[in-house]
Amino acid sequence: MSTDRTNRPEQPNASATNRTAPDAVDASAFVNAVDNRGDTKVALAGSGLAPGKPRKVSPVSRLISHPWFGLVIVALAVALPFIDSRAYTIRISTDALIFVMLAVGLNIVVGYCGLLDLGYAAFFAIGAYTSGVLTTTFGWPVIATIPCVVVAAVIGGLLIGGPTLRLRSDYLAIVTLGFGEIVRITANNLEFTGGPNGVFGIPDFGDFGLRADIATYWIVTVVVALAVLASARLGRGRLGRAWRFVREDEDAAEAMGIHTYKVKFAAYVTGAIFGGLAGVLFAVHQTAISPPSFNFLYSALILMAVVLGGMGSTPGVVVGAVIIALLPELLRGVENWRYFVFGVLLIVLMIFRPQGIWPHRVGETPAKVRRKPMREDDVEVVP
Amino acid sequence: MSFVLEVRDLVVNYGKVEALRGLSLTVGDGETVSLLGNNGAGKSTTVDAISGVVRVTSGTITAFGKDVTNAKPWDLVEMGIIHVPEGRRIFSRLTVHENLQIGGYAVTDSSAINQRIKQVYSLLPRLAERRAQQGGTLSGGEQQMLAIGRAMVAGPKLLMLDEPSMGLAPLMVAQIMDVVRDIREQGTSVLLIEQNARSALRVATRGYVIDSGVVTIEASAEQLRSDPRVVEAYLGK
Repeated sequence: MSTDRTNRPEQPNASATNRTAPDAVDASAFVNAVDNRGDTKVALAGSGLAPGKPRKVSPVSRLISHPWFGLVIVALAVALPFIDSRAYTIRISTDALIFVMLAVGLNIVVGYCGLLDLGYAAFFAIGAYTSGVLTTTFGWPVIATIPCVVVAAVIGGLLIGGPTLRLRSDYLAIVTLGFGEIVRITANNLEFTGGPNGVFGIPDFGDFGLRADIATYWIVTVVVALAVLASARLGRGRLGRAWRFVREDEDAAEAMGIHTYKVKFAAYVTGAIFGGLAGVLFAVHQTAISPPSFNFLYSALILMAVVLGGMGSTPGVVVGAVIIALLPELLRGVENWRYFVFGVLLIVLMIFRPQGIWPHRVGETPAKVRRKPMREDDVEVVP
Repeated sequence: MSFVLEVRDLVVNYGKVEALRGLSLTVGDGETVSLLGNNGAGKSTTVDAISGVVRVTSGTITAFGKDVTNAKPWDLVEMGIIHVPEGRRIFSRLTVHENLQIGGYAVTDSSAINQRIKQVYSLLPRLAERRAQQGGTLSGGEQQMLAIGRAMVAGPKLLMLDEPSMGLAPLMVAQIMDVVRDIREQGTSVLLIEQNARSALRVATRGYVIDSGVVTIEASAEQLRSDPRVVEAYLGK
């Protein structure tokens, strides 16, 4: 098998065969053409028909896929207090950013690795409570609680992931659903978590001579921007590729030498850490936390942000999270109908855009491969 | 001849059903060994047991002088034992190029991976033409070639192919077998599971016929081709 048996003058024939191949009879002629002329030539002739060719890129998608686009968004987020510094705006924006971090974290578990986690708010709660109890009961500064939060989130991840990740994901969904409820109910019943009243009077990071809520907003912006960047980079690295392989076909991934259990574990624990850290931001922002904040509905909303935005796509998930977080606020005008309209909008969106608002582009190849037009001499023939 | 793989008295149970009942076989260095048999004879179970997908009840599997009975699939891949599963199992939503990259997952040297991907493209030029295309858009034969190419990127010392001809047109089967021959000529040992005895025996050096979980005939490919029992059961007169 080599490509050198093809010679130039035959190209018109090959493409003619290809063009006149509308039905089954001519399809066999196509097979013959492949055999007579060499598959390279015919494949070249047919490459115009083949999917996966570089598509026409609209100006909008060229703009949003530009490497600086993310930077512009971060700059806008940082500049927000100068544009609109009302307490309400700052408050809902901070909420939305924390929600973005949660969605990006869950995206690692669900989007990248395909593990259905229905109790993600548990890690959010673990982070918020660890930070909240350490700062109020023991008087630690918030920054100092972060290592403890990471440890607590990892322990939570090990506890749930350890036994369940050996199973297929349906079981994981059930166990995580239970875990989410257990964490919430435990927080509701324990003495040191404040029972149903929760923890209050959680200090912030400090105001640095600024208005307190704006200082917190900026810190949250920086942390969330770093989290988004980290998750995007994780998704592109070696581990990220392994996650995708496991998601696409666990058995085939295993046959190719991927330690599937370890890889799934890495996704689950990474997601747990993201959730825990988002919990710290939440505790600081709210100054008071209580069990009902971490109910099943909240886990479902985070999952919804991931699915709505486009599973596995970092920019998509960010957009999805912003929509889920801000839409109920923007719909305040319709008062009692707010959640009804919210639900209907989500259904409509899912009908017309089932792959998500900004789906992960399948068929991503290294840029240098895609940009090059296909030519015969691309293939090195090893004699 | 030194053995790359030695399977001795292998027993595998699926619940109460005995799929393999004391099967023994060997693959020598550089050999292409074909495993023939009807549906349910235990062909796939044998490779699954070797690659650690199903648990072995008793018996031993030795590869490259090491005991690998019930070893994990990823450990076997590291040793160079690569399994191309039945039904191809390519990643249909990833591109051809990405599928090949997966083959190199266990290889840490990225220049070696790129070198091997290049080799695969030259061995299978059709994959080169379609490298930016999603795996699922390929034809059955091309998908099989992709599955084999993916395994080649892993740098196999022993390649186990489970029914590569399944569901393919005769023309495609012949092409796949050509590829298998090319692979053997590069010095890789091959264990080829086939129902299509005619084309398997064309590329194999030696073969086993298995029936109900045990080896019934073991001979060189040439002898098998003329063995009256094989001719009657698998080749037709």
